[in-house]
Amino acid sequence: MHIKLTVNGAAHELDIEERTTLLDALRDHLALKGAHAGCEHGVCGACTVLLDGVAVRACLMFAPQAEGSAITTVEGVTPGPGELSLIQDAFCETHGMQCGYCTPAMILVAHALLADNPEPTREDIVEAISGNICRCTGYAQIVEAISLAAERMRGVNRPAELTK
Amino acid sequence: MKAAPFSYSRPADVDEACALLAADEGARLIAGGQSLVPMMAMRLARPTRLIDIARIAKLSYVRELNGGVAIGATTRQCVLECDSIVAKRVPLLARAIPHIGHAATRARGTIGGSLAHADPAAELALIAVALDATITYRAGGADAELPVRDFFAELMATNLPAGACLTAVRFPVWHGEKIGVGFHEVNARRSDFAFVSAAAQVALDRDGNCQRIAVGVGAATDSPLRLEAAEKELTGCALDEKRVTEAVHAALANIEPLADLHASAEYRRRAAATLATRAVADAKANAQGSKARAH
Repeated sequence: MHIKLTVNGAAHELDIEERTTLLDALRDHLALKGAHAGCEHGVCGACTVLLDGVAVRACLMFAPQAEGSAITTVEGVTPGPGELSLIQDAFCETHGMQCGYCTPAMILVAHALLADNPEPTREDIVEAISGNICRCTGYAQIVEAISLAAERMRGVNRPAELTK
Repeated sequence: MKAAPFSYSRPADVDEACALLAADEGARLIAGGQSLVPMMAMRLARPTRLIDIARIAKLSYVRELNGGVAIGATTRQCVLECDSIVAKRVPLLARAIPHIGHAATRARGTIGGSLAHADPAAELALIAVALDATITYRAGGADAELPVRDFFAELMATNLPAGACLTAVRFPVWHGEKIGVGFHEVNARRSDFAFVSAAAQVALDRDGNCQRIAVGVGAATDSPLRLEAAEKELTGCALDEKRVTEAVHAALANIEPLADLHASAEYRRRAAATLATRAVADAKANAQGSKARAH
């Protein structure tokens, strides 16, 4: 089947089997390996991508279903090659990762959350990542990372004296 | 964890979807796919064709209709979660939605898809049964309805005729000044499949007595149960804890609960009674504290 996908702002045309999941299309056909294949049946959240800005599981969609939507993977959140988004930077700074398997998904969930809610409470953050399993159980630093990123994003483009 | 091969169609309207469905016995409708795709990944489902109805715009809406609230089949759960008509008119539905899967699955999952999937642990199935919703479907070029009590057949199966497309579900709206809701479920981890769930909606009269009550239990049996015997027993009373507990236990005494390695039949019966009692207590407290909800 011939489909068109828009990923990280770029249009792609693919010839795929209908049963190809969005996850496999991204990884195997577009070489975007940031979305990870964990359980492949919707339980672990490692494959999370943004579909029109909303976090969804890429393993629970077939690629043809994603035609016409704007897909963002972790590769698409960086400001430029070799750079990190503010949220990625916060994950580094607080050591919000151990093995890194769940990290791209956690970062995308954080992007979706903070786009919607610039001042999340701890409960909001916990709820937002509740569908994503970190098998290293490093949740405390992940929550801290998202909280730090939120704080910094609120401070962006504000004079230093107003930023607290 | 790869699905078996299938072909894929994206019909422009419901009649075209029905025609595609009728032409291929192995075809299945897909909307959000949050239940069907995992089943396909595990090869528990092997449809020969997927008919994607998610983009049929006419199937996604929430509107007040004939004293009820009608919700289009492909309305996403995340939309219902934030919908003001649902919050105001069908508060029990609003209360249960955050318990469905996770935010990422609610972003894709639809109300009609969940009902058609007929998982006994589904929150939406329980709310539909508890509130006595009406299912609307289209088959053979005509619209038809089924009361939800006739909708669920055995485990994971509905009584929709072959080739039918579920198009909407209509919830009755309760009117009154003091309406309250309660919902509880028990699962291994937050938002996992429920071992047992319970939902209650009550309307209290001016003296605080129960004017009307709906109580349902999910995940305990092949399809959600409405505890009509308990409802009858409790209508008109003050819903004191002892009476609620007795009525709920009596209503569950003769059910045949499901059993699996996670939860035995006896555990499910016990948990169902406890959760239903709590749901009624919550609904009562909610009603006492609530201002006028409808009109």
